[in-house]
Amino acid sequence: MESNFILELIGNNIWAYLVTALIPLIFVVIYALVAILGELKIASWVQDRLGPMRTGPWGIIQPVAEVVKLLQKEDITPRNANKPLFNTAPFIVFTGSFAAFAAIPYSSKFIPADINIGVFYIFAVSSFTVIAILMGGWASNNKYSVLGALRSASQMISYEIPTCLSIIAIAALANSLSVSHIINAQSGWFWNWNLFGGQGPLYKFLFIPFTLILFLVYFVGSLAEANRNPFDIPEGESEIVGGYHTEYSAMKFAMFYFAEYANMYVVSSMITILFLGGWNSPFGNFLNSPIWQAVWFIGKAMFFVFVQLWIRWTLPRVRVDQLMHICWKVMLPAAFVSLIFISLLGVIN
Amino acid sequence: MSPNEIYQRLEVEFGDDIISLNEEPGFEPAIKVNPNNIVDIMLFLRDSEGLEFDYPSCLSGVDLGENLGVVYNLYSLKRKHKITIKVEVPKEAPNVPSCELVWRSFDWHEREAYDLLGVNFVGHHNLKRILLPFDWEGHPLRKDYVQPDYFHGMKVQY
Amino acid sequence: MSEVKDVSVVLGQVPTQHMKLNVGPQHPSTHGVLRLVVELEGEIVVDVTPVIGYLHRCFEKVAEQNTYTQVVPYVDRMDYVNSMNNELPFVLGVEKMLGITPSERIQAIRVICAELNRIASHQIAVATFGMDAGAFTPFLYLFRDREKILWVLEKLSGSRLLYNYIRIGGLMRDIYPAFKDDLRDIIKTVRETNEEINNLLNNNKIFVERCANIGILPSDVAINYGCSGPMLRASGVPFDLRRADPYLIYDKLDFNICVGSGTVGTVGDSWDRNWVRMLEMEQSLRIIEQAMEMIPDASEDVRAGIPKRIAPKGELYSRAENPKGELGFYIVGDGKAKPVRVKGRSPCYVNLSVIPEISKGYMFADLIIILGSIDIVLGEIDR
Repeated sequence: MESNFILELIGNNIWAYLVTALIPLIFVVIYALVAILGELKIASWVQDRLGPMRTGPWGIIQPVAEVVKLLQKEDITPRNANKPLFNTAPFIVFTGSFAAFAAIPYSSKFIPADINIGVFYIFAVSSFTVIAILMGGWASNNKYSVLGALRSASQMISYEIPTCLSIIAIAALANSLSVSHIINAQSGWFWNWNLFGGQGPLYKFLFIPFTLILFLVYFVGSLAEANRNPFDIPEGESEIVGGYHTEYSAMKFAMFYFAEYANMYVVSSMITILFLGGWNSPFGNFLNSPIWQAVWFIGKAMFFVFVQLWIRWTLPRVRVDQLMHICWKVMLPAAFVSLIFISLLGVIN
Repeated sequence: MSPNEIYQRLEVEFGDDIISLNEEPGFEPAIKVNPNNIVDIMLFLRDSEGLEFDYPSCLSGVDLGENLGVVYNLYSLKRKHKITIKVEVPKEAPNVPSCELVWRSFDWHEREAYDLLGVNFVGHHNLKRILLPFDWEGHPLRKDYVQPDYFHGMKVQY
Repeated sequence: MSEVKDVSVVLGQVPTQHMKLNVGPQHPSTHGVLRLVVELEGEIVVDVTPVIGYLHRCFEKVAEQNTYTQVVPYVDRMDYVNSMNNELPFVLGVEKMLGITPSERIQAIRVICAELNRIASHQIAVATFGMDAGAFTPFLYLFRDREKILWVLEKLSGSRLLYNYIRIGGLMRDIYPAFKDDLRDIIKTVRETNEEINNLLNNNKIFVERCANIGILPSDVAINYGCSGPMLRASGVPFDLRRADPYLIYDKLDFNICVGSGTVGTVGDSWDRNWVRMLEMEQSLRIIEQAMEMIPDASEDVRAGIPKRIAPKGELYSRAENPKGELGFYIVGDGKAKPVRVKGRSPCYVNLSVIPEISKGYMFADLIIILGSIDIVLGEIDR
């Protein structure tokens, strides 16, 4: 309770909870606008061009223009589509992504819901998207959508396993699944972050190769979870046009679009929580007040969003069976071995 | 090998089926053959020692007024010589045996000649129109072709 | 809705149904209006049938109704990404029938234009191939450099894409004074960008995994199907019309024939076809460097050799090495100003007919890669 300053301010009543739920929603909307602009601009700079320049100075108002465009488009539903499934699929996708925001902290003084299985909750709730993508793909009455949905389902389900092993290993390191415990276990200077072995005396450097492997496994797995290049086969633009969201237009497509960006942020903040010390400042107690903690957390998460955008425009796409090969034959053994070593080293100490 | 030598080898093998060799200046040296035995002639050209025409360059249909002609341009990668074979069939019964099994390239070329000129290649496994819509009527590249006025309710002349 | 099938297990195999997927005329990856009817079993391709004819513009009928000079712009529009190479075989054929040979300076300029267009066409091929594989950035880099080539050709002939520059008996107009400096700039830029593209795309592990051992075309199948150009050379056959049947001044120039050798997979796979195009760009730069030396600075009247009346009598099959393969024209003339028959043998038409043969048994994503590696332009296929 003490980690939610709204409750301290207003008291433990329904209004406080409503405000607490509203703040992440506002954050998601603003973040989505920034992310859309970031994607357009970063893509342009990678490709040696300028990107949107006319809407506002240096194209800053472009995301607003995009949202307005999507809002005023005509909503087309194919005649033979399965209406209930077709209409609810985008909203379920967004719900799955947004529900994870309940447990994502911003600073030590504002965690919307500090449950003691925070990390597990975020991970479990993000898996809703698989069901919704399958629904949307099948209900569109389009062979391309079905292909995309099947590929997406197999991809997301497979990649949840190595990422899950990563989480288990970090939870073993920090002795807890709760977000605030994991982050507090990494307080101090930046060498206390889980990426560098977590807190503890010098022998923690033994952990470093394994935490590095787990970090890479989690990062690659998160790219696959978020359906981003090089794993964007489900929406593989060149092959199956739009994949599962071929037949969607206007607001429903905007929901899929939004949910993808929200998912990117969820995954980036998970990386920050698990490996990079969460809201802790890298300089120990310097610049560690709650407001600065929010800056550090959002900054670290946005850095990983930037890396995801950067990778999208650099690498080609992986084929479906090669993707499965990477997951089951490369990442899974690596994650297993790291988990075993970390648990062993943890037991020995 | 020069076209004359190729002509003589073919004459030795096939006798009356080989009609003439045209070597006028300005004209590509071309051997005119009887269409009935064309597949055997092509197989001989492709497989026999010294000729070895393994590369099919082109197959064109020509409208010669009263007859329809088919022109085969062949090239040999190994021997680096080329030859042109011509056949002529009357317009009322433009039947030519299909050579698509000798060189697979002629599969689509024959379909195009059928589509645009109306040459009927006997024995082709899939002689359908390739460039024009499936239900177009008439063969446009013929000299006496008249455009239809309407096609599926749409006016053709603009 | 289909009726419920009786799923009986036969020897451990569950009977499944093939799915017919229409990779339709409008698709981000079919390089134009091409329709492929694909029969899939899950993700494996069982059969492919290309359906063409959506861009048929009756070139051959039109050519019979215009004079020879008027046919040249129509020939341009067959393969619209490299018009200079399209004009070459037609113009050379008519010149041979008339018995004229333009001066060496004009021939050198024609060679430079053809090779510039070859680089431009290969740039598009590699760029769109990268996009088919999911790499969006090399497309932008290659198009940025293609702009330089298009600027030079615009200064030369007046238009960026469809030039109508090579005329029967000469050229449209002479080169401009700064031509050679612009060419040197292009040579430097294309070399740098090609190295960058090699690092970014061709040697990228993900790209290699996508393209190696995909769509293997054995050399005897390629020859029997009449494939030509980079498709044939990537299968190991060192056949280039510029060497086998030289035209213009190619017999005086020194360049290599680029042959695929199975560097990262089997000989004749899609990576080899892409790699042969990259190597050919370098050879084209060498040709341009040599041909530049052959142009004396003194200008001449390039329209002096154009005859007043072009009415050849004869039949000729003239061919030249297009970036996509062997482009041939079978021209029949009877002494009148308009030809009797002009048949365009386009390389892409023949190259595309190989697709059903080489894509059976691969996955659907591989089919898109194979199609991209053949490098088709629909304008040429449909004429």
